[in-house]
Amino acid sequence: MLIEAVSMDDSERLVAEVAQAFERGTPLAIRGGNSKALLGRPVEGMPIDTRSHRGVVGYDPTELVITARAGTPLAELNAALDAAGQMLPCEPPAFGAATVGGMVAAGLAGPRRPWSGSVRDFVLGCRVITGHAKHLRFGGEVMKNVAGYDVSRLLAGSFGCLGLITEVSLKVLPKPRASGSLTLDLDAGEALRELSAWRRAALPVSGACHVDGRLQVRLEGGAGSVASARDRIGGDELDPRFWDALREHRLGFFDDPRALWRLSLPNASPLVPLPGDTLLDWAGAQRWLKSDAPAATIRQIAHAAGGHATCFTPHAHAEPFTPLPAALLRFHRQLKQQLDPRGLFNPGRLYAGL
Amino acid sequence: MSYHYDERVDGPLATHDKATVVARLHALIPGMELLHEQEDLRPFECDGLAAYRATPMLVALPDKVEHVEALLKFASEHEIPVVARGAGTGLSGGALPLDKGILLVMARFNRILEVDPDACVARVQPGVRNLAISQAAAPHGLYYAPDPSSQIACSIGGNVAENAGGVHCLKYGLTVNNILKLEILTIDGERITLGSEALDAPGFDYLALFTGSEGMLGIVTEVTVKLLTRPQSAKVLLASFDDVEKAGAAVARIIGAGVIPGGLEMMDNLAIRAAEDFIHAGYPVDAEAILLCEVDGVESDVQEDVACVEALLRAAGATDIRVAKDEAERQRFWAGRKNAFPAVGRISPDYYCMDGTIPRRELPRVLKGIEDLSTQHGLRVANVFHAGDGNMHPLILFDANAPGETERAEALGARILELCVAVGGSITGEHGVGREKINQMCAQFNSDELSFFHALKAAFDPSGLLNPGKNVPTLHRCAEFGSMHVHHGALPFPELERF
Repeated sequence: MLIEAVSMDDSERLVAEVAQAFERGTPLAIRGGNSKALLGRPVEGMPIDTRSHRGVVGYDPTELVITARAGTPLAELNAALDAAGQMLPCEPPAFGAATVGGMVAAGLAGPRRPWSGSVRDFVLGCRVITGHAKHLRFGGEVMKNVAGYDVSRLLAGSFGCLGLITEVSLKVLPKPRASGSLTLDLDAGEALRELSAWRRAALPVSGACHVDGRLQVRLEGGAGSVASARDRIGGDELDPRFWDALREHRLGFFDDPRALWRLSLPNASPLVPLPGDTLLDWAGAQRWLKSDAPAATIRQIAHAAGGHATCFTPHAHAEPFTPLPAALLRFHRQLKQQLDPRGLFNPGRLYAGL
Repeated sequence: MSYHYDERVDGPLATHDKATVVARLHALIPGMELLHEQEDLRPFECDGLAAYRATPMLVALPDKVEHVEALLKFASEHEIPVVARGAGTGLSGGALPLDKGILLVMARFNRILEVDPDACVARVQPGVRNLAISQAAAPHGLYYAPDPSSQIACSIGGNVAENAGGVHCLKYGLTVNNILKLEILTIDGERITLGSEALDAPGFDYLALFTGSEGMLGIVTEVTVKLLTRPQSAKVLLASFDDVEKAGAAVARIIGAGVIPGGLEMMDNLAIRAAEDFIHAGYPVDAEAILLCEVDGVESDVQEDVACVEALLRAAGATDIRVAKDEAERQRFWAGRKNAFPAVGRISPDYYCMDGTIPRRELPRVLKGIEDLSTQHGLRVANVFHAGDGNMHPLILFDANAPGETERAEALGARILELCVAVGGSITGEHGVGREKINQMCAQFNSDELSFFHALKAAFDPSGLLNPGKNVPTLHRCAEFGSMHVHHGALPFPELERF
């Protein structure tokens, strides 16, 4: 796909719109590519569109850092990295026309997550328009930086509730020298046992998904380690585009009218019976569920297993995110009150009163 | 600058009658050890930054979470500041006591609660030493990756407070990338859980926010860390250069070629000579710079990487390249680097360790700037550099007994940090702001950004009782003592000439 790189600094308009909203006390609904609209509670607010503030503003492959404005299409960022043989290791989904800002605000990661780290693990710095309409900078373009509080990582996954991200600096890594994908006929229990054995044997696994009675495995590393792991694992060759389809929810599994739930569970969690069809990703730490069961039932199962559950189908349930314990929710509200006292940014997107 | 807490610019603190506080605490928490006699307090006067000293009003040494909870509720109710301390190895005065405050020592929480080799996690109390976690995990072929140089002594709670790094950060990340869950007590004595045993948790990423927050937001009472499978093989290359710039360019080549070394360290000539004189690691004492490059992983990948790195180093103009031929030589190569600080300590009565980070491409310019500053201030500087992740540790050599040298060393250090900020870096990569770099924060952040930090703190500690005077300066302090604000890119590069 050919991607046209466009660079434009539209931050003055964004700051002006937030300043006006601050004066009038008007809530804002932050919008990038609108690709994560499926996630979260409905927001009533004046739309503020980040897409005109776009472009990669700094990228030196030998520094392993890329800096891009929030409205930059994720595809454009990925194309720039690809041209230099590098990648964003957490392989976030695009779900259509995702922007870099939305990618960070949503904090969703793809199949490599358990081995590479999450979106926030790769966030080094950001610029953000605050609830007082100030355009500030936190973190930077260096790998290590412990000056002040880690605001940029806090903003990752905050769904825009704490400020409007205008620019982010991300750590990137070289693409692996060798990779291969395999598929094996295994049931889910056997698959989890094999994955556990492969981990102990330090095989270079970087993707592991069980669906429809088959385990799909991705190997990434040096030529030697990938070849020897391939020999050990066996199975059949898998078209590597499987991982794109998994990340973007384009597999047949996702084509199902029932609500889509994401269960995030501890590593090495055993199989638990779930009320619907399931797909195991992240070697079992992320389980997708298609189900009409009540939210309480699904949350109870996730909680008992030491994890939590999020509903990815819009409007299917009133609270898509797992409700927080009372004390923790209070500290969320106190932080919102401090950083966004007029409640400008995406009010209620995560939880009521945030 | 005087490092002492200055109520005029750091904010007022309530004064309490010590005997009354001691009596009440004894009555409230009879099982908790309290130190309050002058001679008992002395060992707690400083942390790893020994030049900064203050005697706390009293020292609490709890060994039960309930005691910490009760202590915090008491402190909160009576508005007594609380400074948390782990093993006291921090290098920025983050655990420097307050004479009007309680020093809360968490070192007695030293139990490893659980090692789960299947889930690759360990659940530990905050006073557990960093290295003890890897030792407990070793029978399972696992280890805890972040390895600050103080790892045999420093505690995991302190690592969380400082977001501690080490020599393997580029590949394996910092503390924040290697923990899953924290149990916290707020200043009100409220227990909250941050993160989860799963790979994410609902709500804001408070796990990330609290990591590196220097004891300003809450007290860590339990940490769940990730464990990694120990690499099968590790090989180290030692390359010599007749020019520091060439060594810097070699680093860029290695990374540009797609190799991510487990460790990539640079030392300049003064540091090389000091280390060689001390450790006899076999370093080339006439080299202007050396690079230590370690590649680790599966045996066959390591062989590929060694061949690749060797060719790149040669192309970058290395005058000599040695691959450690066995484990003993590998350990010797590393011993020189790991003992660089004490080695420098042997050639100078005192040294002051800095901790700036820079984009790697700025290395030649920054080293030149440091050299000029060194001449101007009349003090020698040895440079040790985590080259892979841009974290510099310039060591300023001085003699505290020579009149004015301490002040000159501090001034030189401040100028070096401001230089780091001016090229787009940071005043601290892994040691933290603590008390030491409180004024340099005014150079890195403008008043709106500092106000944002204060607002964030107020969400968790509205009365400002946790570790006051550290990490984030008051605007009043910046107005009075702060150096000129050199915001990223706001100052054009020609400005650098003045350094």
